[in-house]
Amino acid sequence: MSPKINRETFIRSIADLLRKAEIELPADVENALRKAEAVEESKVAKSQLQAILKNIGLARKYGVPMCQDTGIMIFFAELGTEFRPGFDLEAAIKEAVVLASSEIPLRPNAVDPLTRKNSGNNTGVGIPDIHWKLVPGNKLKITAAPKGAGSENMSSLRMFNPTESGSIRNFVLETVVNAGGMPCPPLTIGVGIGGSSDAASRLAKEALLERLDTPVDGLERDILEAVNALGIGCMGLGGSTTALAVHVKTAYCHTASLPVAVNIQCWANRHASVVFGGDE
Amino acid sequence: MEHHLQTQLKREDIEKLNAGDVVYISGEILTARDEAHARILEMKEKGEKLPFSLEGAVIYHCGPLMQQTESGWKVISAGPTTSGRMSKMTPSLLKFYEVRAIIGKGGMKGIASAFENRCVYLAYTGGCAALAAELIKEVKTVHWLDLGMPEAVWVLRVEEFGPLIVGIDSKGKDIFAEVRERAEKVLEKLQG
Repeated sequence: MSPKINRETFIRSIADLLRKAEIELPADVENALRKAEAVEESKVAKSQLQAILKNIGLARKYGVPMCQDTGIMIFFAELGTEFRPGFDLEAAIKEAVVLASSEIPLRPNAVDPLTRKNSGNNTGVGIPDIHWKLVPGNKLKITAAPKGAGSENMSSLRMFNPTESGSIRNFVLETVVNAGGMPCPPLTIGVGIGGSSDAASRLAKEALLERLDTPVDGLERDILEAVNALGIGCMGLGGSTTALAVHVKTAYCHTASLPVAVNIQCWANRHASVVFGGDE
Repeated sequence: MEHHLQTQLKREDIEKLNAGDVVYISGEILTARDEAHARILEMKEKGEKLPFSLEGAVIYHCGPLMQQTESGWKVISAGPTTSGRMSKMTPSLLKFYEVRAIIGKGGMKGIASAFENRCVYLAYTGGCAALAAELIKEVKTVHWLDLGMPEAVWVLRVEEFGPLIVGIDSKGKDIFAEVRERAEKVLEKLQG
């Protein structure tokens, strides 16, 4: 049995988690941007990367969100089967989002999809979007990954014929060329291959959370090199780094299908995690 | 080339700017996005006078997050929004008013000719909201707050606002279009 956690403490922790995600980039993402700045030869792209690095520093210094698009609230949760919170976790996360929206503050971004009415507090039907995964153990790990619209709008899904796996790279390249400077490159690109249409999309988004400093080979490296050969560069103004990383996640799929999803993330690859419970 | 400009801008100020140059602006800039553009053009059609001057003006595609304090409005965050959404309305805006610079992100596809001999498009680094807020020294006034906070026209005093990259110059040279064409050629080659 895990120690009982207090509901108020939990809400406070999730609101703090959102603050962290909005204000501080993970170290591996910031390092990847520094590296991109160091190797960039285009003066224009270099100036843009320097502005991004300066902006990251100022956001941290003043404790303000790094981008005015503070995103739509997405969480990934790994819930240990032995973890017993003793209260409604989803309701508590929603409350934390409302709290964080007013105290950080966050831009109210959640609207009804048809009437476009804004709830004013970043919650609504289906939002926050929480993805639960049951895992063994007595811990609860929650990752907050607020996602901006400029990059999310450039994502895509294609249902390939099973024999067309050789076209996956070109599909990613077409997606990146069509997006140009609009999703605020340098990008992190998540590719989900297999599963079904919705599972592939989910894998693509999860792939964005992978560390950017792990060595890649095979398909990931192949796509990354091709993407950077396009020369779109930082903000679409031309340059050598269009993407910081490409991560691929796969799942078995039906023998008659090959779903491929591409999730595009802007330079602000925001996410932060917290763990509750455990042995301590 | 790097340029430091003071508003309001004269035609001579922008004639010397070439695509790819870096610009810093000091003085007054006005925010305007979808709804403000629509209203400006509507009023022009009805022959009504705008409550602000666009003579030599700098327009910023931005929907800021503002906070009202006892001493007035405070900028929390004010990065650029995607300019592509204003592409349809911009040629008319530039025809009727002497707007000399438009600041935004992502470029404005297919309308470079509307900028010729009139205006420049200046690209500001997307997402750099904390940096932008730092360079905005004062919220001078706000018009059309009935459109909502992001859509209203905010008159801002800025100092050394930048770095801005000349994306479309007054000769009609468009960097975004050039980068896109090159990327399409590379893609064709890779597709073999």
